[in-house]
Amino acid sequence: MIASGGTSQLPENQRIVISGIGLTAPNGNDWAEFRSNILAGKSGVSEYEIRYVGKTLAGICDFDVKRYQSRKDTRRGTRAGSVGIYSANEAVKHAGLDWENIDRSRVGMYIGVTEHGNVETENEIFELQGFDYDTSFWSHHHNPRTVANNPAGEVALNMGITGPHYTIGAACAAGNAGLIQGAQMLRLNECDVAIAGGVSESIHTFGIFASFKSQGALASHDDPTKASRPFDTQRNGIVVAEGGCLFVLERLDDAKRRGATIYGELVGYAMNTDATDFVLPNSDRQAECVALALKKAGLKAEQIDIVSTHATGTSLGDAQECAALRRAFGGCEKTLFNNTKSLIGHAMGAAGALELSGNLASFQDGVCHATINVDELDPECALEGLVINEPRETGRPRFILNNSFGMLGINSVVIIERI
Amino acid sequence: MTSSEIREEILDILENIAPDEDLSDLTDDVAFVDQLELDSMDFLDIVMELRKRHRVQIPEEDYTELASMASTVAYLTPLMKDMQKA
Repeated sequence: MIASGGTSQLPENQRIVISGIGLTAPNGNDWAEFRSNILAGKSGVSEYEIRYVGKTLAGICDFDVKRYQSRKDTRRGTRAGSVGIYSANEAVKHAGLDWENIDRSRVGMYIGVTEHGNVETENEIFELQGFDYDTSFWSHHHNPRTVANNPAGEVALNMGITGPHYTIGAACAAGNAGLIQGAQMLRLNECDVAIAGGVSESIHTFGIFASFKSQGALASHDDPTKASRPFDTQRNGIVVAEGGCLFVLERLDDAKRRGATIYGELVGYAMNTDATDFVLPNSDRQAECVALALKKAGLKAEQIDIVSTHATGTSLGDAQECAALRRAFGGCEKTLFNNTKSLIGHAMGAAGALELSGNLASFQDGVCHATINVDELDPECALEGLVINEPRETGRPRFILNNSFGMLGINSVVIIERI
Repeated sequence: MTSSEIREEILDILENIAPDEDLSDLTDDVAFVDQLELDSMDFLDIVMELRKRHRVQIPEEDYTELASMASTVAYLTPLMKDMQKA
């Protein structure tokens, strides 16, 4: 258990800290660039075209794939693998780990995904169409590309990691879920370094666009940069994005021993399940998930400085989350709320991790980034403390709470403390 | 296709499969694996590309014939002699 006030009373070998951040987002290919563009209100959403669906919008990443992969590697592997490889290598570099001499059998990989295999399967079927669906033309690469452990496995191959590797399927709660899994494995002493977070290659599957469109949940706007607009009255759905964000997690004693820079401590987390609907969120369960994370951290709601919301820009989803947040944070005068998806779209499996990293820098710069594109705030989403359109100085925030929810009613919350 | 054209076709396939390799000094009678970083999945790519491009079906027991450029061309020449270069 953790004492009230959030200061961990656990022994240092049970306290989990973030000591490195590697990412690619539609508006930045490292943590500093991402933060700078977030604070500048620079959207990463642009026009995009994909087979069958045609012209639409997406958050597209432009990271240097060849920084850590050969052309052959990229030909053989998946986009999710490439996103993961880039993010993991960047995270290890950012953490200052002595990678050449580290015991890589004690490194674990925990990568959250919303889905995996759709891109590769769609590509193969498209190709097979040209051969009259004769399956003798089906690629032998299909299985290694689509096995559920693919993204984490590709990272392990690339970096020579021989510890455990897991890809964690958790819909759009996956970024937090990866982080939580990594922390748990460190506490169980299953590894000494956990590379944890989430990745998304989802803009390369037409199915995700078409399905959101059929559901009436795909965003559209004449100006791509204004399409992702959580909490605004004119919001009309989700902008799908790709991206990745992986954290280096260590036990506090290990991080201190090697003199690592610590970007925050995971002091609380929770996951629970709606068990009520395939797609519709449940604000009661969301509020319970927030409350459970606060309880595990030994914190009161009013101690949270910044809440990074999950809101995706759907009419119902945003309102439901705000209802949950009112329940959890009602009367908390100093707590601020923001939304990173307004800037980058919904990065699916990477969303939770990217949104956390987008806010984590506030421990250093003392600013709560804004939710952009709120021209007319929906009264149902009018939370006290919602930071819209302009960043807000916060002094020195101590606690950030990061929400991430997904289909089939999967909810995840993490709380990070500045130490 | 002539033996020379088949060789060009195999080179073109190898350029796709092993894009990081320099194929300009490939020695025809030395095994591919002794001069290129190719693994079993890459050899299956060669088989698949020949199937896709020319509908050439190579049975599994003949895969060893694809060990080097010389053996590959020798094996394919009778199979592809009546085909036109695309």
